[in-house]
Amino acid sequence: MGNTAETGLSATELRDLSDIAGTMIPESPAFGVPGADDPAILGDIARSLGRDLPLVREALAAIAAKSGSAFTGMDRDRREALINDYYAGGGAAVAALGRVVLGAYYRDDRVLLALGMEARPPFPKGHTLEQGDWSLLDAVRNQPPFWRDDRAATTGKR
Amino acid sequence: MGGNERVDVLIIGSGASGAAMAWSLADTRMRILCLEQGDWIKSTDFPSNGRDWEARRYTDFDISPNRRGRDTDYPVNDDNSLMKIANFNGVGGGTVIYTAHWPRMHPSDFRVKSLDGVADDWPIDYWALERFYDENDRMMGVSGLTGDPGVPPRNPPMPPIPLGKTGTHYAKAMNRLGWHWWPSDTTVATTAYEGRAACINLGHCTPGCAQGAKASTDITYWPLAIRAGVELRTRCRVREITTNEHGMAAGAIYYDADGREHFQPAEVVIVACNGIGTPRLLLNSASARFPNGLANSSGLVGKNLMLHPWPIMYGYVEETLDGGRGPITTMWSKQFYETDPSRGFVRGYTLQFGRGTGPATEAISSAAAGRLPWGRDHHRIYRELLDHRVLIGVACEDLPEEHNRVTLDPGLKDRNGIPAPRIDYTISENTRRMMEHGITRAEEILTEAGATRLHASRTALNSPGHLLGTARMGDDPERSVVNGWGRCHDVKNLFIVDGSIWVTSGGVNPTSTIQALALYIADQMKQRLATLFD
Repeated sequence: MGNTAETGLSATELRDLSDIAGTMIPESPAFGVPGADDPAILGDIARSLGRDLPLVREALAAIAAKSGSAFTGMDRDRREALINDYYAGGGAAVAALGRVVLGAYYRDDRVLLALGMEARPPFPKGHTLEQGDWSLLDAVRNQPPFWRDDRAATTGKR
Repeated sequence: MGGNERVDVLIIGSGASGAAMAWSLADTRMRILCLEQGDWIKSTDFPSNGRDWEARRYTDFDISPNRRGRDTDYPVNDDNSLMKIANFNGVGGGTVIYTAHWPRMHPSDFRVKSLDGVADDWPIDYWALERFYDENDRMMGVSGLTGDPGVPPRNPPMPPIPLGKTGTHYAKAMNRLGWHWWPSDTTVATTAYEGRAACINLGHCTPGCAQGAKASTDITYWPLAIRAGVELRTRCRVREITTNEHGMAAGAIYYDADGREHFQPAEVVIVACNGIGTPRLLLNSASARFPNGLANSSGLVGKNLMLHPWPIMYGYVEETLDGGRGPITTMWSKQFYETDPSRGFVRGYTLQFGRGTGPATEAISSAAAGRLPWGRDHHRIYRELLDHRVLIGVACEDLPEEHNRVTLDPGLKDRNGIPAPRIDYTISENTRRMMEHGITRAEEILTEAGATRLHASRTALNSPGHLLGTARMGDDPERSVVNGWGRCHDVKNLFIVDGSIWVTSGGVNPTSTIQALALYIADQMKQRLATLFD
């Protein structure tokens, strides 16, 4: 995980972020994926805050306030309910928190491989896109033109 | 203030229209200079080169200048507008970050007053532009398919983008409904074309194409214009256009990358800064002789802003589709484009069918929409969404209304201290009825396609970024800013060539028409060189 100097978060905030991220996206042995509190993913989240740092700090503080500074001690159902309620309420802070957590989580090699995707950027390999069924266009090809032709009135520069 | 040698033609802005003008005028052998406030963007700069490719869509390649916040951007106060402003400041302008959709306006779009009794007719018509549309299609490199009964004949030089699984899914539903559809014209190259490689389906077209398959003017018009002798000077932010004692444009004052002020004299000044940047520049060019802004005796500079409301209807099907592994463009429908008074509104819209998104974008947008929960259900629900998304955009015609406008913000300024634009914009009742009609039709299509979890986004955040109408064309100097070939009524050596000059907006992506208009104006100028200022 990124240290505090690297991320701009205090040690307490990093610990809170870990608890919150792990609640937002928990580990799932059934789907073969780590949680967002996995050290590598959490480090990526923390290093990716950038211009969202003030908003994420605001979100962490808001969650702490809503939980009476006892988020970690709450049971899982209550933690999930708190996060979902807070997120549903909207606002720039919680949106930023969600964006940085999801952005880092869904580029982790293990997560992408578990989804059946390759762990790589789009370029330079690209992807294959099948042509699809062009015979479906036959139903449209034979329609008469139906755009409005204004030339009955005038043409060219008026 | 640094001084520069006089040029024959000074073009301000290197985007869609500025590039086309520069290339077309180059054959006059005049000395032509283009000032661009942004940088050249290298293909290695684009997000799809790296593992953070999705995240960068929300940072340095965000389509909102306010969020992107590059040194080369200027802020826009769009707090009083449901629709937010999108643009890009760099060589190529908005073409760097557009989706490459390439519909043309329809003939009826130029005659809305005569045909439908609203707004105003354009001073030119489709047929005057037709050969410039064709020329521009060759220059930008267009993929598509002839024979579409919903649009006037055209001949795209490359075959269309594959339908893929997603397009095939839509097409079956549209055929069952008996509604028109056709593969979209696009400037994504499907074969090798004029030095561009064919698309390899990076699937991340909007924030720049690392492959170079998507046409943007930095890789189409500009290399040819520069080879023909045009000078393109980057990191030059124009503050104002100055005028001389005769009321003619004298040149422009700009700041270089180090903040140094320069004056660039010119015989002819061409403004190509888009529907926000152009009125901002004209209003910032107020003087004793032009106290309400340059070229603004009509009072219409900045007014009649049109932004193209663009609702999007999403849904999810059981079948696994293409996801984000191909261009987002697939097909369009013109079924509801032309006016039908029985619908309760005039004019119409294009339906645009999209592909899915990348893994992080799917998660972020679905969480924001309330589809994707946090906690133990997250993984199960997510797997029902990724690669199962279908979406239809409703490209609504936006009619001109003077209260929709660009003014100068009294407090907000860019890094050079130049007043920033403020946007005041509301959606008209006619357009709202059109939007609801389109949303309902899109819902019917997606339902026919077997989609569930339907969700309508009525104003897509920061989208689509079509900035039109704020320095409109017309024959009457009291009701327009420029004449029928782009020359300002008030200042006879000042031309405007970007989307500002549109009279109405049509229900299509505008870049094809913006560039056809620029080529048309360049042609008109070349025909009149001896009498250009008469």
